[in-house]
Amino acid sequence: MQLDVLREIANIGAGNAATALATMLKSRIEISVPHALIMPFADVPGFMGGAEAHSVGIYFHVSGPAQASILLVMPVEKAAQLLEMLLGTSPASMSGPFSNLEYSALMELGNILSSSYLNALSSFTRISFKPSPPALAVDMVGSILNTILSQYGEVSEMVLVMETGFKKDKVDVVGNIFLLPEPDSLNTLFNALGVVV
Amino acid sequence: MGELIQVGMAECKLARPPDKLMTAGLGSCVGICLLDPITKIASMCHIMLPYCHHDKPAVNPGKYADTAILAAVGAMHRSGADTDHLIAKIAGGAQMFRFSGNSDIFKIGQRNVLSVEENLEKNKIQLLGKDIGGNVGRTIVFDPATGNLAIRTIHEGDKII
Repeated sequence: MQLDVLREIANIGAGNAATALATMLKSRIEISVPHALIMPFADVPGFMGGAEAHSVGIYFHVSGPAQASILLVMPVEKAAQLLEMLLGTSPASMSGPFSNLEYSALMELGNILSSSYLNALSSFTRISFKPSPPALAVDMVGSILNTILSQYGEVSEMVLVMETGFKKDKVDVVGNIFLLPEPDSLNTLFNALGVVV
Repeated sequence: MGELIQVGMAECKLARPPDKLMTAGLGSCVGICLLDPITKIASMCHIMLPYCHHDKPAVNPGKYADTAILAAVGAMHRSGADTDHLIAKIAGGAQMFRFSGNSDIFKIGQRNVLSVEENLEKNKIQLLGKDIGGNVGRTIVFDPATGNLAIRTIHEGDKII
């Protein structure tokens, strides 16, 4: 029941982010069926594409009454394709490292997607979510996750991962957006939605 | 042919030849490899945080540098290793996010390495090799037969220490 509520939250957030992405890319964007799972740290990299998958990660810490992390993960070649669509020129390399302008473009993309996601959550829950400036890394998924998960490690043995995928033109997977609420935030979220815990 | 034993985030595992120990995608975490050169009993831990601050025993000692080293030494001892003459090799402790605001969470890699080195010394374990810091993700494979630690990266090539 509670995980159903969380899946619905992920659906609403990612739906709004997909609309923003569709406008930016002038393409049709669909979202996958959201997942909400509680797992040990060791299982998270596998869930996000494999510990060694070469990816772009754009991370935001979310502050406010319900703290969380938002992470956008894209396979590096998909990020390169997005850059081509956004900037109108081929990126310096299809597998990274990218130029400073390209990094800025990716962080801006992250800003727009995470804000759209959180805005939808705010209107649904009436909680205010404040994202930090973006932080970006291009490397193995596992290595990108280390820093983010270590914050959860201080207080918990498991982490709740809410995931939604974006698909362009029905088939082409662009990337995934992950919301990781901090353990204390769950009650705040459930209370706001009138869910009895 | 030995087995390649996978060590996940916050886990600690033991191996002896011909098996090898591997952890994939180390970022700010540190991979700690310990070996008894005589019995060839080895361990690998993938620690996330520098210290266990709880006064009660950690639920999962593998999460913290200080408790992971103690737990690994204890498990190696119970398996018959001579834990008075262990050697260590470590890798990881990077700062993955280059374009970050000034937040302390991004310095976790450095703090992890400091704690690992301090706790190895405290337990009188000789540190024979390290590949730490930078902005790079690492996958490592430790071979108890030779004591070699192979390090694989996407951006900076491969090496053995």
